[in-house]
Amino acid sequence: MSGQPAQTPAPYVSPGPQTTAFEVLERTTPAFSFYGVLARFVQWLERSGRTLVIALPFLWLGLFFLAPFLIVLKLSFSETVLAVPPYAPLVAWLEENGLSYLTVRLNLSNYLLLFEDSLYVRAFLNSLRISAVATFLTLCVALPLANAMSRAPERWRALLLMMVILPFWTSFLIRVYAWIGILKPEGILNAVLIGLGVISEPLTILNTDIAVYIGIVYSYLPFMVLPIYASFEKMDPSLIEAAVDLGSPPIKAFWTITVRIALPGIIAGCLLVFIPAAGEFVIPDLLGGSETLMIGRTLWLEFFNNRDWPLASAVAIVLLAALTVPIVLFQRHQARRGGADGAS
Amino acid sequence: MTAPDLPAALAPDARLPAEPWNDPKATPLIKIRNVIKRFDGFVAVDDVWLDIYKGEFFSLLGPSGCGKTTLLRLLAGFEQPTSGTIEIDGVDMAGVPPHRRPVNMMFQSYALFPHMTVEQNVGFGLKQEHVSRREISRRVGEMLELVQLADLGRRRPHQLSGGQKQRVALARALIKRPKLLLLDEPLGALDRRLREQTQFELVNIQETLGLTFIIVTHDQDEAMTVSTRIAIMDRGRTVQVGTPGEIYEYPNSLYVAGFVGDVNVFEGRVVEAGKDHVTVRSPESGCDIYTDRGIDAVPGQEAYAAIRPEKIEIGKAPPADARFNCVTGRVFDIAYLGSLSTYHVRLATGEVVKVSAANRSRLVERPITWEDQVWLWWPPSASVVLLS
Repeated sequence: MSGQPAQTPAPYVSPGPQTTAFEVLERTTPAFSFYGVLARFVQWLERSGRTLVIALPFLWLGLFFLAPFLIVLKLSFSETVLAVPPYAPLVAWLEENGLSYLTVRLNLSNYLLLFEDSLYVRAFLNSLRISAVATFLTLCVALPLANAMSRAPERWRALLLMMVILPFWTSFLIRVYAWIGILKPEGILNAVLIGLGVISEPLTILNTDIAVYIGIVYSYLPFMVLPIYASFEKMDPSLIEAAVDLGSPPIKAFWTITVRIALPGIIAGCLLVFIPAAGEFVIPDLLGGSETLMIGRTLWLEFFNNRDWPLASAVAIVLLAALTVPIVLFQRHQARRGGADGAS
Repeated sequence: MTAPDLPAALAPDARLPAEPWNDPKATPLIKIRNVIKRFDGFVAVDDVWLDIYKGEFFSLLGPSGCGKTTLLRLLAGFEQPTSGTIEIDGVDMAGVPPHRRPVNMMFQSYALFPHMTVEQNVGFGLKQEHVSRREISRRVGEMLELVQLADLGRRRPHQLSGGQKQRVALARALIKRPKLLLLDEPLGALDRRLREQTQFELVNIQETLGLTFIIVTHDQDEAMTVSTRIAIMDRGRTVQVGTPGEIYEYPNSLYVAGFVGDVNVFEGRVVEAGKDHVTVRSPESGCDIYTDRGIDAVPGQEAYAAIRPEKIEIGKAPPADARFNCVTGRVFDIAYLGSLSTYHVRLATGEVVKVSAANRSRLVERPITWEDQVWLWWPPSASVVLLS
């Protein structure tokens, strides 16, 4: 190293007398050279690429959620007419005294009818009640199930998880139909119970609220189990041991430590069951009785039997508004807690 | 400290109670009798018999998978022994669930409750006993004072550093004044400097409160520093139980000698064995090794002579008496560690001997360097003869 004379390569080529002004520019400001342009393009891509990535889901939601929602919202303010489609346009040109007017007619009678006719109010409250009870029952089944799954040996967990998800591979409709075969008076359940001598008369379960509860608990159980299992599974098992070690009986430690820490997962599971169950149509229609009044079914009847699209739309909008409230409350709650539970 | 001398905590110290394990009249606080724990055909704890006395700071030391944590969990009650009995303060613990045992545990992960503040975490144990709120707050305050966290009571675990979390976990485990505190690798997650500082604090707290600690560790320096006694474990068994000094100076097997500290081992055969001395002839060393401590062996028996690197003298001239315990070779490597240097000397037989010497003078004046011919010698008290 020391034997070689220092030969520092020139870092900057000074413009000789014969170089043109453009060549100097190209050499000194990369913006004009080919690579400079390329670099600028990549920079632009980097900057806007982020925007593109974020824009995609927005585009999707806008196209498949917001647009249909706006159509339904518009419909709910229309008037019912006997025509195809069965509603009057909101916006119309009106010719009067030689002048043209652009008129927008908002018809609020659909919403007023919802609150005047006790049928809709009852259907709403009944839906919320059935959905709340069913959510609670689902939680009662899901908590011990998720707990057992999270404590199972590691090699069993994937299999257990698979078994929870497996019913999704069959059509929802077929699975609900299958329950008719189980629950009907001459069905499997009654046959087994009578065969065992537990009962002498067949139980009337089908076409009652109980059948609806069974249907909802069965259909929505995975939505409850999965988030709760996820929160249980990532929890440090020594937390509960620490609580027991400090004198808390195991059952109490389960409630005060495990369940308390898994609360966000439990709330998420409850929302995932409560919200679709409140608008459920198939289960009350197939398993419920004629007196099982639920808003999803009312909506369906309004839409297809009465062909009252605007009223059906109004029902849908009110249902959506009513169900948005718990979600917003939950998200606020989550935001307030911030990272408190994230860094456990 | 790579080659620890007798640690301060072990030196004859007035603060320590007279060694209760040498007192035949003393009753142990914990009696572990023939405890075996099997998991699916795998024996995690294999016939362990231990007596641990009140006020001890007892270490279970061994590599991972040696059963030390399982033994701790058996004491805490999270596992039940397959056979054997565990007695704590005269009470058989069989069938006593963990929440009713007079034992608390500090977990390796600390296991702080993330949804509670530091105060609530520390007070958790008292709350389970329905102690009044005022009393809880007073004792939590005291305990936080003891672990020097008095101003962090309102924080949540995720707002604490690793060292602070460790203190909260300690305070939480101590607040019920358990008869026995179990610590599972309590300092494993801390960096070296903090770990050394915390070791001394742990000993101080243990002595201040007069409690009995059992600590699980795989770190031999840690065990040497804090313990009154150490149990070295290997594959579920306790291979040696003794004070740090006994373990270091008089290991009973090559496994123990190699696990605690550095050691040179010469394989050979017993030439002569008496009540107070043994001579081992080792072709590896090229000299006879004379030890002034007798063992139960017959001439011709295979034996190992183990010598700690810091007990060997190194010099460029042969010692006056070179009949025993003296070998010669060439320095082929020197590890400079600041306070001391470790010389790797290759003997004519090919064997490499490690010698560590304190660097009393500056490095520039170093008298011994690479490729020097050196003589190594040691007194008869330096070596230990092992049969396995």
